[in-house]
Amino acid sequence: MKIADYTAVELSEQIKQGRVTVKEALDAVFEQIDCTEEAIHCYVTIDRERAYRQAQEVQKKIDAGELTGPLAGVPFAIKDNLCTEGMLTTCSSKILENFVPTYSAEAVKRLEAAGAVVIGKTNMDEFAMGSTTETSYFGITRNPRNTEHVPGGSSGGSAAAVAAGECFAALGSDTGGSIRQPASYCGVVGMKPTYGTVSRYGLIAYGSSLDQIGPLTKDVRDCAAILEVIAGEDKKDSTSMKREDTNFTEALVDDVKGMRIGIPRDYFGEGLDPEVKQAVLAAAKVLEERGALVEEFDLSLVEYAIPTYYTIAAAEASSNLERFDGVKYGYRAPVDDLHPMYKKTRSEGFGAEVKRRIMLGSFVLSSGYYDAYYLKALRVKALIKKAFDEAFAKYDVILGPVAPTTAPRLGESLADPIKMYLGDIYTISVNLAGLPGISIPCGTDSKGLPIGLQLIGDCFREKNLIRAAFTAEKALQEERR
Amino acid sequence: MANIIDDATIEYVGILAKLELTDEEKEQAKKDMGSMLDYIDKLGELDTTGVEPMSHVFPVQNVFREDVVTNGDAREQILANAPEEKDGMFVVPQTFPG
Repeated sequence: MKIADYTAVELSEQIKQGRVTVKEALDAVFEQIDCTEEAIHCYVTIDRERAYRQAQEVQKKIDAGELTGPLAGVPFAIKDNLCTEGMLTTCSSKILENFVPTYSAEAVKRLEAAGAVVIGKTNMDEFAMGSTTETSYFGITRNPRNTEHVPGGSSGGSAAAVAAGECFAALGSDTGGSIRQPASYCGVVGMKPTYGTVSRYGLIAYGSSLDQIGPLTKDVRDCAAILEVIAGEDKKDSTSMKREDTNFTEALVDDVKGMRIGIPRDYFGEGLDPEVKQAVLAAAKVLEERGALVEEFDLSLVEYAIPTYYTIAAAEASSNLERFDGVKYGYRAPVDDLHPMYKKTRSEGFGAEVKRRIMLGSFVLSSGYYDAYYLKALRVKALIKKAFDEAFAKYDVILGPVAPTTAPRLGESLADPIKMYLGDIYTISVNLAGLPGISIPCGTDSKGLPIGLQLIGDCFREKNLIRAAFTAEKALQEERR
Repeated sequence: MANIIDDATIEYVGILAKLELTDEEKEQAKKDMGSMLDYIDKLGELDTTGVEPMSHVFPVQNVFREDVVTNGDAREQILANAPEEKDGMFVVPQTFPG
């Protein structure tokens, strides 16, 4: 077996057993990067020197028996909105084109403490605003499964890097589907944990009440192993939760007997590609054959999730992005007067989609419109949360598609923003309700593009998701054979 | 389109958002914001009387900690990111006419 074919957990096992060195693992990744990066463009920054330096340290600790975990020695890619000390962090924006953080995000720190080796920062939609990775200031990323198509977004670089073998696993962030949707488009596993499970310290904020960091991986086992490492309370993020049940790898059980799975009829209506529908329902059948109790139900309010999301996310973005003013870091427009400098810096530093959302957010928060738009959206959010609470009184897991279609062709999505926003219909309400969601591959369409299966759990019930996803993954692999 | 965004509104939003738009961008912004608001108006179909706005999904209130400095001194690295600095300070363009 080639080094590149190992999953993250398998690779770490090989390293601990002395069959592969950390350096050899890096060599394999960089060899792949030399092969495919020019065509796919997963990364904004690749730092080989830092990676090899880190690899030496990690190898020493593994040899000394100090690092024994399942991620020791594994080369990782990090989405470029997660701060990495001493390594460029741009959010794929001109306004941060030269920003070098003085500290690392808590999730990155925890990965590194577990022996992961960071090789670079992945491309994304600017400030995570987009679903295609086409709004990056540093150019588009292509889908490794078919380079005429988008990888999805906003964590498109992370998903593409895992799919192309340009890393063994990656971190992304998910505000409205930004981990699950690109995972689906690229045919990898991606998970958004319950809000508050992973510290957001060092994640450059987009919509703070919705943002959550999570893994993109080759399989469900890697996903659980990474989540176990990065989850946990952090005093530096007051929204992070104290949880005792973060031993997620214990949920890697190939058994769904008696698990109650609900399929929302509202997720299978108009707009869903028939091939996606077929593959997702086939996956549900497979789980049913293995003993799950599967039934359809009406979730309700699905069509209100997107307008609610865009109101809240834009409002929070307009506030969060106020800090980019050309004073302390990043791009500054050469203007000799303070206020015009702010304006010019922001106008030249932000791309069109970011400006669109900042303006919408400023508007819905402005005096006279605040109640009608922003508060209204927060009230609907409460209703959406209630609809999920009712569903989870009956079901352990909700099953549906990740996105209405497989990956669109490059350039097709940006022309019509609302149409692009509609592509988030199945992922977005999960963020509004703070729920965990996972995307796993469940087939391909007639063009050979991957289709994703989404499993949604109740808050703090990642273990149900991992168990169902692990079982589905095994079963689907068997079927393919 | 139900929501017509006029020039005055776009000017006002530009001030709030600290953005300077070209005429072309303004026209586009008027169109985009109008159609987004039309879309968001869909929320009006729902009766939310008596529903409390939900800002946080969990019943978490204020989180307190002791007011103790825990981070070290990173002045030099922080200033290294500054577009302009002088004597350990950030330099900005003139604020008041001299």
